[in-house]
Amino acid sequence: MAGNAWRSMLSQVGGATKPALSAAFSRRGMQTVTLIPGDGIGPEISAAVMKIFEAAKAPIQWEEKNVTAIKGPGGRWMIPSDAKESMDRSKIGLKGPLKTPIAAGHPSMNLLLRKTFDLYANVRPCVSIEGYKTPYTDVNLVTIRENTEGEYSGIEHLIVDGVVQSIKLITEDASRRIAEYAFEYARNNQRSSVTAVHKANIMRMSDGLFLRKCREVAENYKDIKFTEMYLDTVCLNMVQDPTQFDVLVMPNLYGDILSDLCAGLIGGLGVTPSGNIGANGVAIFESVHGTAPDIAGLDMANPTALLLSAVMMLRHMGLHELGSKIQMACFDTIRDKKVLTKDLGGNSKCSEFTDDICRRIQDM
Amino acid sequence: MTARSVQSLSGALKLVFSHRLTRVNGAATCTQRHKSFYAPPPARYGGRHTVTLIPGDGIGPELSKHVCELFRFCCVPVDFEVVNVDSTKDSEDDINNAIMAIRRNGVALKGNIETNHNLPPSYKSRNNLLRTTLDLYANVMHCQSLPGVRTRHTNIDIMIIRENTEGEYSSLEHENVPGVVECLKIITRTKSLRIADYAFQTARASGRRRVTAVHKANIMKLADGLFLECCKEVASGYPEITFDSMIVDNTTMQLVSRPQQFDVMVMPNLYGNVVSNVCAGLVGGPGLVPGANYGTDYAVFETGTRNTGKSIANSNTANPTAMLLASCLLLDHLKLHAYASMLRRAILSTVSETRLHTADLGGHGSTSEVVRSVMNAVQSTGPLTLSI
Repeated sequence: MAGNAWRSMLSQVGGATKPALSAAFSRRGMQTVTLIPGDGIGPEISAAVMKIFEAAKAPIQWEEKNVTAIKGPGGRWMIPSDAKESMDRSKIGLKGPLKTPIAAGHPSMNLLLRKTFDLYANVRPCVSIEGYKTPYTDVNLVTIRENTEGEYSGIEHLIVDGVVQSIKLITEDASRRIAEYAFEYARNNQRSSVTAVHKANIMRMSDGLFLRKCREVAENYKDIKFTEMYLDTVCLNMVQDPTQFDVLVMPNLYGDILSDLCAGLIGGLGVTPSGNIGANGVAIFESVHGTAPDIAGLDMANPTALLLSAVMMLRHMGLHELGSKIQMACFDTIRDKKVLTKDLGGNSKCSEFTDDICRRIQDM
Repeated sequence: MTARSVQSLSGALKLVFSHRLTRVNGAATCTQRHKSFYAPPPARYGGRHTVTLIPGDGIGPELSKHVCELFRFCCVPVDFEVVNVDSTKDSEDDINNAIMAIRRNGVALKGNIETNHNLPPSYKSRNNLLRTTLDLYANVMHCQSLPGVRTRHTNIDIMIIRENTEGEYSSLEHENVPGVVECLKIITRTKSLRIADYAFQTARASGRRRVTAVHKANIMKLADGLFLECCKEVASGYPEITFDSMIVDNTTMQLVSRPQQFDVMVMPNLYGNVVSNVCAGLVGGPGLVPGANYGTDYAVFETGTRNTGKSIANSNTANPTAMLLASCLLLDHLKLHAYASMLRRAILSTVSETRLHTADLGGHGSTSEVVRSVMNAVQSTGPLTLSI
């Protein structure tokens, strides 16, 4: 059922970067991962994940870094150079939620990270969690969202007083890149079809270009079924029958909306993993929920999202067995319903939840 | 008729028609703001209204035929002027004729006209052309859980008001550098104020307590920021209605987990597309929800999710409920409330009969069976009808 689906589906995330990883392992068998705890509940859930990994004896060496923006030479905002170096070296990152300050003068941290490492693909596998009931069961799909351009280019102008134009940018290169990644992912993870989501009936040139590139790339992957569907049809069908979808690839805005819609189907951002793949083999896995400042420091946070993202990371690194072990422990704890955190319907502490998972891992 | 002469003719008609409006129905030129003074387009020919009917593609023609049948059966004083729009033709004559007919009659019922998205950008979406030319600025979709339809969520009652003429659907695209396409999303103050005002007016008129603006102003700070600002401005004039806002991705997440929290939602064009389709899916699918497009002078009614239903065309399996309910909205617009309620009652009682459910609701019923059942329901309530 959903458990098996998780196991088989998350088997090998991010096929394109496998060769580089075996090299990183040769050094003492320990893989360095840059850990960015984040703000709000970030530090607690990162600590929880580290504890669970320790219990599982994972060969991971964490390098904690802070990514608060600093002003570099030339006045451009950038992340601290030691954080950048660490990430370039380790190529793998795990990130907690980052606060977007309103009036700090610099762009959002997530945006900065994205630009620094050219994280062009956002991958969100959405699979129903056994034990956490939602009106939708048997969801098993992956949304792959182009993360660098599209509607979120941030190019806006005030034409005259009262008229604003916002520019949506679609380029051939970015569209081809994301399409290639989507098909590669589908092939490496034994997914049978890729659906391009678009609105080319209205945005003929931009979404038309995106579609054309997807079609071109589909020619090289004849073993995978390629379909195209309008955004509104996808939304309509998604809420009625999500089982008909497999891998979805789309530009930025549609990806944002659809990936959150799918997260809502399986239970929300508190249980959804997410990975960002970059151009130079960099991959940053993150939890996509907010910083939840109201419960920060109160030991009430739910580390599931960050934990599942970390499992995604393990699979990306080739440590499938370990990933499955930790994942199974997490799901068993949720299915048991004895020590659930508040957002999952229980009233246990984060530390209790974490300890339960650690215990299960040690017992395995 | 050449395109040029059509344009000049439509221009002349507009001049004549708008003159008439100001003379005969001075109040009709006011915006929907003063709903109590609003008068429908003047009926002609002895109390019978003329309504433009655009069958469209896919399931449009068969559903339009059923509407005509039903109206004739119930002796509704509406005559349809059918204008066919051929979506395969390159020239815009057909859609211009349709627009002219709507200007003449003031109100229309339409099926969706297909847009082949593989054609070059010079071929504009016919539906979009219609909406923008007639300035049908408000798309209203009322999603309600219907009795007898099994869905994952119950008790949904959301009114979605979507800006219909600008935003991402401005069709302004260009390729400055080969391989780089820019698409403009336009948000203006006037249109945002107008749609916000419409939303609050509708909320007040239907006794609803809460209006939620859906946006993405954290990313599109200027564009959606302007929209949000306009909504807030309008909200200050309606102290009895609670106003809040929500980011679009959070909105979709909330909709699939707890849709009962929403009341009236107002949003720009693209988010409206997403949200209205999500809500339609939540209440049972595209076959159940009617949609209405209102402008200052014209109104066009259609199915809410605007699907052509190409794959099920002419198979007698389409669900006619959405189109029939749209025709009830049409009757309400024409102030033929008695007919509207009679038909609506009959349609809703048919929908609650599970054995008549069409394929989209999980049953095996056919379109004609559903329409026949509606006719029976109308006849059994007693008013004068033709014989079946």
